[in-house]
Amino acid sequence: MNRINQKLQEEQKLLSIYFTAGYPKLEDTVTVIEELEKAGVDMIEIGLPFSDPLADGPTIQESSTAALKNGMTTSKLFEQLKDIRKRVSIPLIIMGYFNPVLQYGVEAFCKKCEELGIDGLILPDLPLDVYLEEYEAIFKAHGLINVFLITPQTSEARIRQIDAASEGFIYMVSSASTTGAKSGFGNEQTEYFERIDGLKLKNPQVVGFGISNNETFTAATSRAKGAIIGSAFIKHLTTHGTTEIDSFVKGIR
Amino acid sequence: MKYHVDDRGYYGDFGGAFIPEMLYPNVEELRQNYLKLMYQDDFQKEFHQLLKDYVGRPSPLYFANRLSEKYNCKVYLKREDLNHTGAHKVNNTIGQILMAKKLGKKRIIAETGAGQHGVATATVCALMGIDCVVYMGEIDIARQAPNVARMKMLGATVKPALSGSRTLKDATNEAIRDWINNPVDTHYIIGSAIGPHPYPDMVTRFQSVISEEIKWQLKEKEGRELPDYVVACIGGGSNAAGTYYHFLDEKEVGIIAVEAAGKGVNSGESAATSKLGKEGIIHGCKTLLMQTKDGQITEPYSISAGLDYPGVGPLHSHLYKSGRGEFYSATDDEAMEAGLELTQLEGIIPAIETSHALALFKYKTFKPDDVVVISLSGRGDKDLQTYIDYFKL
Repeated sequence: MNRINQKLQEEQKLLSIYFTAGYPKLEDTVTVIEELEKAGVDMIEIGLPFSDPLADGPTIQESSTAALKNGMTTSKLFEQLKDIRKRVSIPLIIMGYFNPVLQYGVEAFCKKCEELGIDGLILPDLPLDVYLEEYEAIFKAHGLINVFLITPQTSEARIRQIDAASEGFIYMVSSASTTGAKSGFGNEQTEYFERIDGLKLKNPQVVGFGISNNETFTAATSRAKGAIIGSAFIKHLTTHGTTEIDSFVKGIR
Repeated sequence: MKYHVDDRGYYGDFGGAFIPEMLYPNVEELRQNYLKLMYQDDFQKEFHQLLKDYVGRPSPLYFANRLSEKYNCKVYLKREDLNHTGAHKVNNTIGQILMAKKLGKKRIIAETGAGQHGVATATVCALMGIDCVVYMGEIDIARQAPNVARMKMLGATVKPALSGSRTLKDATNEAIRDWINNPVDTHYIIGSAIGPHPYPDMVTRFQSVISEEIKWQLKEKEGRELPDYVVACIGGGSNAAGTYYHFLDEKEVGIIAVEAAGKGVNSGESAATSKLGKEGIIHGCKTLLMQTKDGQITEPYSISAGLDYPGVGPLHSHLYKSGRGEFYSATDDEAMEAGLELTQLEGIIPAIETSHALALFKYKTFKPDDVVVISLSGRGDKDLQTYIDYFKL
């Protein structure tokens, strides 16, 4: 069974952390993954940096620009992850934009992910219909779970379609925003979390965007299975490098 | 071969809507409604009334006598430079502001490079009394001060794009991010024939008034609707799309595009996307774009801020790949000389974007009977400083 599915069957609420590969230093990628696992995180999203990250706010944009400047490339990331499964057993997801994957070759990219022990992909600008028509068979052949996003504006009909196409979890974007844009949740989010919970989807939901501390983590997971922290962790890396990751994680839950 | 968009939003292999889910409701709302709304009688009536009384259409189709003599063919100039605000851009912004009203949107966002589309958007927002935010790269703000001032006078808020290279590509990213953060009440007026479907088709249809007029104007002057060639410069490709539109399926009409070669196609400072680009995804569509082997989008260069874009609209990628379009590229120097030549032969100072189209004569020789229609997409007022610096005037 895919490590993501195994993890989703566990009792506890899940904490997933996003970071940009090759940030703050090019060779930090593996260290960050190891430290996050040691700190007790449940899942990791490894960000493949892109020159034009449309869905990201300034924090992740700047980390992507810095990582690219450091020399991060798709091949470099794969090289860094060569022995990652000898080091960690935590579910690993690569998150990025579709163009670098397309240029590497979707099939070649998926094959490489399988070899390295990557469990899933999140490609926000690969739309559902294109995935289903052109790439689903390739992802599945290489044992990769594709994670789709929903937002407060996503219609119920479309949520049902996304649920049907998903085999891991649904990434619930907490509000209409780019990453790192807002902190704290209001009534709108509470209503949204309850509404989605009420749909009784087959896939569990993991909430992302706007989660930065214990309070927002607890609020997000009151209904959902887990929550994802990105920008807040990038800020930690900016300030502390790869040190004190344990205390960052302990502060969340 | 089919050259118009298909039901799925593709031109051959290019187009589509590669957008994050956050944009899906907006883009889908537009996709489902744009054709229905824009062909309603009252929409068409208001659109054409504004084009006539406010923009000043039809724009003349002018027989360029001295230019024709020099290049030994019949050159007609489609005078989009005489439109209100000085370029073809306003055809699209008039259409899209009416679309935004139909969709009940209360706020407009736009991206701009040189500032022409920003000014055209700010203009229609002033006309309709709708709030307007224009994203513009920090570097472009500094080098296009008069257009920034125009937008401000028109009541628009000009927000600097501070990310990446701080030019058009980044201004577009910022506008898309704004739309993600304001999904309900905001309409995004894209200025070129790019973006996720239905934008390339919608922009092309609003600009298609250019080729619609060419047909009847040419009938009056030459006794035939079809020219032998239509010529336009291409950055993202909105004036070209409008100039070609009604001739796409007319095999006997040659379609010619001129891109910006910058300091030379292979100089590392160029915007000749058809030559240097590879299929990929930029700003929500699959098209030819300049990128690294690794799929990172690279920075284009041209002396003309309006052609300084790393991609080209999906229609144009299809015209290039299918061989329907003939693609040339003109360097900064060739364009500047062609701009000066038009000024001195015909008394028309063109925008530097347009000067690229005029540089075609350096590369292609026509037959004496050939009727060649060139889209004179904009006037050169905005470029005066560049002309002054270049020619040491």
